[in-house]
Amino acid sequence: MRQLMSGNEALARGAWEAGVRVAAAYPGTPSTELLEALAAYPGVDTGWSPNEKVALEVASGAAIAGARALAAMKHVGVNVAADPLLTLAYTGVNAGLVLVSADDPGMHSSQNEQDNRHYARFAKVPMLEPADSQEAYALVSVAFDLSEQFDTPVLLRVTTRLSHGKGIVATGERAELPLRPYAKDPAKYVMVPANARLRRQALSGRLAQLEAFAEGFALNTVEPGGDVGVIVAGIPYQYVKEAFGSRVSVFKLTMTWPLPIESLRRWAAGLRAVYVVEELGPVVAEELLAAGIPVRPSGLPHAGELTPAAMRTALGPEAGLERSQPARVPAVVPARPPVMCPGCPHRGVFYVLGRLECAVTGDIGCYTLGYAAPLEAMDTCVCMGASISVGAGFARAWAAQGQRPVVAVIGDSTFFHSGITALMDAVHNGGALVTVVLDNRTTGMTGHQDNPGTGCNLKGESVPRVEIDAVAKAVGVRHVAKVDPHDLAGTEAALKAAIAHGGVAVVVAESPCALLRGGERRHPRRVLVECAACSLCAGLGCPALHREGEEAPAIDPALCAGCGTCAALCPFGAIAGGEV
Amino acid sequence: MTTNVLIVGVGGQGILLAGKLLAAAAMRAGHAVKLSEVHGMAQRGGSVVTHVRYGPQVHSPLVEPGEADAIVAFERLEALRWLHYLKAGGSLVINAVTIPPLTVLIGQASYPADIRAQVEAAATAVWVPAARLATQAGNGRAQNVLLMGVLARRLDLLTLESWLEAVADCVPPQTRAVNAAAFSSGFHLD
Repeated sequence: MRQLMSGNEALARGAWEAGVRVAAAYPGTPSTELLEALAAYPGVDTGWSPNEKVALEVASGAAIAGARALAAMKHVGVNVAADPLLTLAYTGVNAGLVLVSADDPGMHSSQNEQDNRHYARFAKVPMLEPADSQEAYALVSVAFDLSEQFDTPVLLRVTTRLSHGKGIVATGERAELPLRPYAKDPAKYVMVPANARLRRQALSGRLAQLEAFAEGFALNTVEPGGDVGVIVAGIPYQYVKEAFGSRVSVFKLTMTWPLPIESLRRWAAGLRAVYVVEELGPVVAEELLAAGIPVRPSGLPHAGELTPAAMRTALGPEAGLERSQPARVPAVVPARPPVMCPGCPHRGVFYVLGRLECAVTGDIGCYTLGYAAPLEAMDTCVCMGASISVGAGFARAWAAQGQRPVVAVIGDSTFFHSGITALMDAVHNGGALVTVVLDNRTTGMTGHQDNPGTGCNLKGESVPRVEIDAVAKAVGVRHVAKVDPHDLAGTEAALKAAIAHGGVAVVVAESPCALLRGGERRHPRRVLVECAACSLCAGLGCPALHREGEEAPAIDPALCAGCGTCAALCPFGAIAGGEV
Repeated sequence: MTTNVLIVGVGGQGILLAGKLLAAAAMRAGHAVKLSEVHGMAQRGGSVVTHVRYGPQVHSPLVEPGEADAIVAFERLEALRWLHYLKAGGSLVINAVTIPPLTVLIGQASYPADIRAQVEAAATAVWVPAARLATQAGNGRAQNVLLMGVLARRLDLLTLESWLEAVADCVPPQTRAVNAAAFSSGFHLD
């Protein structure tokens, strides 16, 4: 059957057909839809894990136990999962284990654009890279076969343009595979030093076998063209074909680790000039130069996404292209950055924090937008879970000087991901740190996935709900409070009390994501004649509130969610409405 | 020849569905098709774009500046933001609605007063009162499908009948009638 599929949907279909039985992931753009799509197929146990390390470990356990298993995550998630990954390369897998790494060149929705091709070399495991949805679909099965043939985890790397691009995929049927036999084998699966040293030798032997395999790998293909050669993999292959058609010879790598060095050497020897086209900088090129293959500097940027235009600029003259006409100049227009939605429960918290003269250490989620104008209530955002630990560092640095209070702000899903360990650190090592958990009962930014706090899992089962205030008390936090963040006065009082406590305190600001409130529509608010046009409400940065110059603001009834945060701060009582 | 279409607007306006509809129609017409869209952070009220390319063979999923055969802008400012992608003589369909970005709402920037003039200096545009027309067709939220109806008449892709089959395949079953009405309303707009 031929159907239009995103890269994520194609990967899910390919995994299902390849007989995957267990799949685990933590949501992260651009990887999220893979597991959501896979959950719709029968015969696969799918589940959101609290973080990527757990997801990969769950998948690895299933693979060792004999079931084909897959873990999926965004590029930075592999950092979290790197600990198991690098040792799973030693233990090997039994049944196939595939880790899908979805990289985000250009940082459409990420804090960095790290190149996870480095992980293949680092972990000494093979890596495959598809160039469109059809290849993504087909490569999952290849990855599982490779994983079992060489007893190794396999990395399948995709990027945003693959994951969130769509193309036509011809699909097949699922292969129902029996569980592979499991035999207890501590020398292989218990990585104490004595065993690990032997497995390290096995890893070197396997890598040599993989290098030999790569030389004959049928999916690394050669397309003859002119006397200029281009080595390329993944989505940039499409850009090369778009820009140059068959004006250049192409060596298309589908396996990007290990590289088929001798095949590339022979191919390059017949060409006048050879370039490597790679997004995010030279990885393959450096390997080839180290092997003595004279690839030339491509002149492509080492940061950001590639485009066909970038390709033409860098290599057009070599490919015999005439200089293209510059396109129209873009108009100068106001930026339209993403914003917190009308009715977003995070807005009130940041408004109050902005008035409290505190340092705010932030975290990853929709609420990171609290850094932006007009709220401007965030000092740092580094990675998942770092709000609490970075906050603890601020608090310790400032302990003697008595500087501003320090407040860490973290979402519910991020708290479960890696905030709890940081909270234990704060309790264990002491200091004055207030943690606000923005508990909107979902994983919002990636599109509303369940988490351990929602009471429901990806399979749709009702499961025990992890209560954040109970966790805080259990790890030893003495001051724990709960507030409704739409109640600005209550939120301010709770934050002041938590700061006054002087130790480690937790405030849970609990209110569901505005986008999840379908059944509970409130009437929009409206501005009354009592409005003094003081513009205090404009400080909330609500997209439903609009003010022209010095005039009284207006509320767009089509956008207003009726949350009442603006009414709560209006000193003139000039905002009415909002009845349920 | 590859046909290049950009669908641009503000996160939350139903652009993903519009892109899916066009890709499905292109597939129905027997073309190879590729599409690229952005999810995640950018969707929260930010500027969003979906690229759709179809033809006998499609390599890159991205439309390049100056190469769009058509742009459908779900909002006026977004039309101006992406205008340089339009090919000379390309079709431009604009939803005549103003959604001020937050930078404007908080006074950091002003919404350009001369969008119409700037656009029309560069291209011939169809300005569509999509909210009013979609409401007349039965539901104001069907603006996205209505705008794709306006685009459809300007693409040599499918008959209205086949387009309506593609619409029926792409929308939730209980909204098929209203989306068909909205699409037809857009298709017949002069």
